[in-house]
Amino acid sequence: MNRRARDFPVVFELSVPGRVGSSYPDLDVPERPLAELGILPQDLRETPPELPEVSEPDVVRHYTRLSHRNFSIDEGFYPLGSCTMKYNPKIHEDVARLSGFARLHPYAAEDHVQGALHVLWELERLLAEVSGMDRVTFQPAAGAHGELTGLLMVRAYFESRGERRTKVIVPDSAHGTNPATASMVGYQVVTVKSDARGNIDAGALRAAMDDSVAALMLTNPNTLGLFEEHITGVEAIVHGRGGQMYLDGANFNAMLGVTRPGDQGFDVMHMNLHKTFTTPHGGGGPGAGAVGVKAHLAPFLPLPTVERDGDRYRLEYDRPQSIGKIRAFYGNFGNLVRAYAYLRSMGAGGLRQIAETAVLNANYMLARLRGAFELPYDRLCKHEFVLSGSRQKKRYGVTTKDMAKRILDYGFHAPTIYFPLIVDEAIMIEPTETESKRTMDEFIDAMLAIDAEARDNADVVKTAPHATPVTRLDEVRAARHPDLRWKPPQ
Amino acid sequence: MTARRKPALSEAPETTRVAPASAGRQHKYIPVTDAERAEMLAVIGVDSVDALFADIPSAVRLDRPLNLPPALSDPELMAHLKRLAERNVDCDRATCFLGAGAYDHYVPSVVWHLAGRGEFLTAYTPYQAELMQGELQAGYEYQSMLCELTGMDVANASMYDGASATAEAAVMARDVTKRDEVIVSTAVHPEYREVLRTYTAPLGLDIVEVPHRGGSTAVEGVADILSDRTAAVIIQHPNFFGGLERADALAALAHERGALLLCAVAEPLSLGILKPPGAWGADIVAGEGQPLGNNLNFGGPYLGMLATRQEFVRRMPGRLVGATVDTDGRRGFVLTLQTREQHIRREKATSNVCTNEALLALAAAVYMAVLGKQGFRTVAELNLRKAAYAKEAITALPGYRLAFEGPTFNEFVVKTPRAPEEINRRLAEHGILGGAPLGRWYPELADCWLLCVTEQRTRPEIDRLVSLLGDL
Repeated sequence: MNRRARDFPVVFELSVPGRVGSSYPDLDVPERPLAELGILPQDLRETPPELPEVSEPDVVRHYTRLSHRNFSIDEGFYPLGSCTMKYNPKIHEDVARLSGFARLHPYAAEDHVQGALHVLWELERLLAEVSGMDRVTFQPAAGAHGELTGLLMVRAYFESRGERRTKVIVPDSAHGTNPATASMVGYQVVTVKSDARGNIDAGALRAAMDDSVAALMLTNPNTLGLFEEHITGVEAIVHGRGGQMYLDGANFNAMLGVTRPGDQGFDVMHMNLHKTFTTPHGGGGPGAGAVGVKAHLAPFLPLPTVERDGDRYRLEYDRPQSIGKIRAFYGNFGNLVRAYAYLRSMGAGGLRQIAETAVLNANYMLARLRGAFELPYDRLCKHEFVLSGSRQKKRYGVTTKDMAKRILDYGFHAPTIYFPLIVDEAIMIEPTETESKRTMDEFIDAMLAIDAEARDNADVVKTAPHATPVTRLDEVRAARHPDLRWKPPQ
Repeated sequence: MTARRKPALSEAPETTRVAPASAGRQHKYIPVTDAERAEMLAVIGVDSVDALFADIPSAVRLDRPLNLPPALSDPELMAHLKRLAERNVDCDRATCFLGAGAYDHYVPSVVWHLAGRGEFLTAYTPYQAELMQGELQAGYEYQSMLCELTGMDVANASMYDGASATAEAAVMARDVTKRDEVIVSTAVHPEYREVLRTYTAPLGLDIVEVPHRGGSTAVEGVADILSDRTAAVIIQHPNFFGGLERADALAALAHERGALLLCAVAEPLSLGILKPPGAWGADIVAGEGQPLGNNLNFGGPYLGMLATRQEFVRRMPGRLVGATVDTDGRRGFVLTLQTREQHIRREKATSNVCTNEALLALAAAVYMAVLGKQGFRTVAELNLRKAAYAKEAITALPGYRLAFEGPTFNEFVVKTPRAPEEINRRLAEHGILGGAPLGRWYPELADCWLLCVTEQRTRPEIDRLVSLLGDL
């Protein structure tokens, strides 16, 4: 049998010459030769783009079948640590698709966009209150874009003071985006180690901190799921040498209504609205990265800001100290409508319940799993916790990757694995507040069953997954012989 | 520096009451019940949820409820957002002749019925490839279709938007050429150029603007400033004014001096009829995929496109989907060439980009598939011909004339007898969303008006615009 015959087809392979999948009206203006319109033969493409020729039912079936070859929060538990895969409310999809938002042109006159500007203006106030920051921009399209925006503001701030600072400190547990962002803003990255309790090592931080350091980029709770116990001391060290405190707000979910980054001494932070504020992740975006700042950084906010005069909202571009624009238009507005709807539907009590339940759920799962897996930092966790698969690796030769693949067979997404880098064979689990005890129990039982399998039947784990649309994929081959686009068979 | 006044929430009419903390009240998104909470606390071995926060120093704890408006029920929320949405004049309420980087195209119903499926919408980045073949394959299909459209060898799985994709492409050109200056035409979207400056300022990458001449990029103008420092020449095609550039000549010129030609494409539907950048010598194509099945959304989310030649693939920012095989030899898809990326390379990565616009790329794939080989050409022609009709009719009116000579796609610039802002105000009274006044970005073009006519506009709508302009 031809092996290829078992491949799930790509849409090009469904193509039949002459088929169409769309309908448009006939031309209702005179059809003149293109040359008369000034379009010359050399301006034109010689052959049409080789897009598929498929009917509408072909397309609907193809992408519906693809959707069945995918895993989502709508389908099941998605305990990806650091990603806050919580339930995405359906009403948010409806409100974001109201034509007054979805069909609104970004350059429509200010009179015609007052409803949209109201959303932006009020959302800024809501998030300022939740974060303890003074102002918030919604220009960034994602968390890493927010980091870029935040560090550009830090850089502009020091320039305005005539200071040249050249370094940014990141802990060794930081997300990869932190050092990558620091490089994009021209900073040298200094990595500081974590201490035995999983906090940033205060001694190492003190030694690294001098007046060449522009900022400390810290995640809190950090990527081990642990609150920085000495946050006030850290703040004193950084501010004591004139540095800025940057918060990577990926883990903001654990803090809502409990503690505010602004009150912890952070000068600037990004909020992943697609995590904490539940705008759907879309398989890798669109996200939305709001950035909050204290007043001293506000003059440097990207353009434009949204201001209110009386009852009227307007976009403000006259901000001479601004870092400028970091994308076109005003940010991922559709997701801002969703985040706004979320905040308005949760209220203060609801936000606090989110944090409390997310932390309760994580600690419950930790309590039930700690017997079977190594726990490198044994403390109360916040919204997530990090186990190690080192015991299973050492005893049975089963790696964290093997176990993660095996989890897929049990009908769950796997946790985040091999991150943070400071934990050997890391398994990072974040249940979020929207999972039921029953779901968590089922997942825990699966993890315990896999531990038993690793001991008794290691092969079934090492060769996992078995129940997915494809078995384990050859990533080495993908990288050695890149096949990044479909081409018709020769 | 003056301290900013704290925002007073009571300023907003519907936010006057402060919510009581509603602890204990069951919320529909939070399944755990009080009984389960007690069971779970017992397993953990603490006696209260508060005890789980004991590690947070009291000095930084919030000692009051957040000052937020009270929670709205779903019907209240829906009514509130409908009211806000209705205060906007969207393209269903007015006839849109506005483009300038955001385009009112017809989005076939299938696009968001498919892309909006929960299986795609509520998934994460495909870290477990075997479970995520759906979105990975859609990403591969998108990459493939974008290559067909642009004539380039390889496309990534998406960037944030056209402006930031252009900026990241400029940084990529620096890395490829090891040169420290880029030349950008002022016929490139003004906001793309602003973003370019923001991104490059800290990197010591100099931006030199070459002024457009009569609405397009002058080859001689570029020749005058091109040097061995030039990493890339950046043009937009069709350009911000809607005009076609002498792209092949500009590419040849850039290549003579060892520079790359970076082409921004803000209106990819143009590629249904125009020669693709890969065919006239572009080295990198960056652009805006919003026109490919994505809504206007008041400016976002949009879809950053990035495509290049094979030899530069390892310098590309962003995610790439590649085909491979599973242990049974079946085709499957994975994220690949990840050693370029931040989670592996950290400070040495080609970019910090992580979350991108994957769902919009999927929507674009569905859009390109339903339009297909024939439909894509049809829609491109409808745009070009309707715009040409409107251009001729408007510039035949007394006082209105074409600002720039030369062929255009679906946008063109008209010199107006009175301020374009004023014309827009008058048209708005008749339910028409006029073009973009250019004075905001080009003070010398304060009497110029950038109009866009897509396939959405009918001849009666165009005729009505012309007749209203005649009566103003």
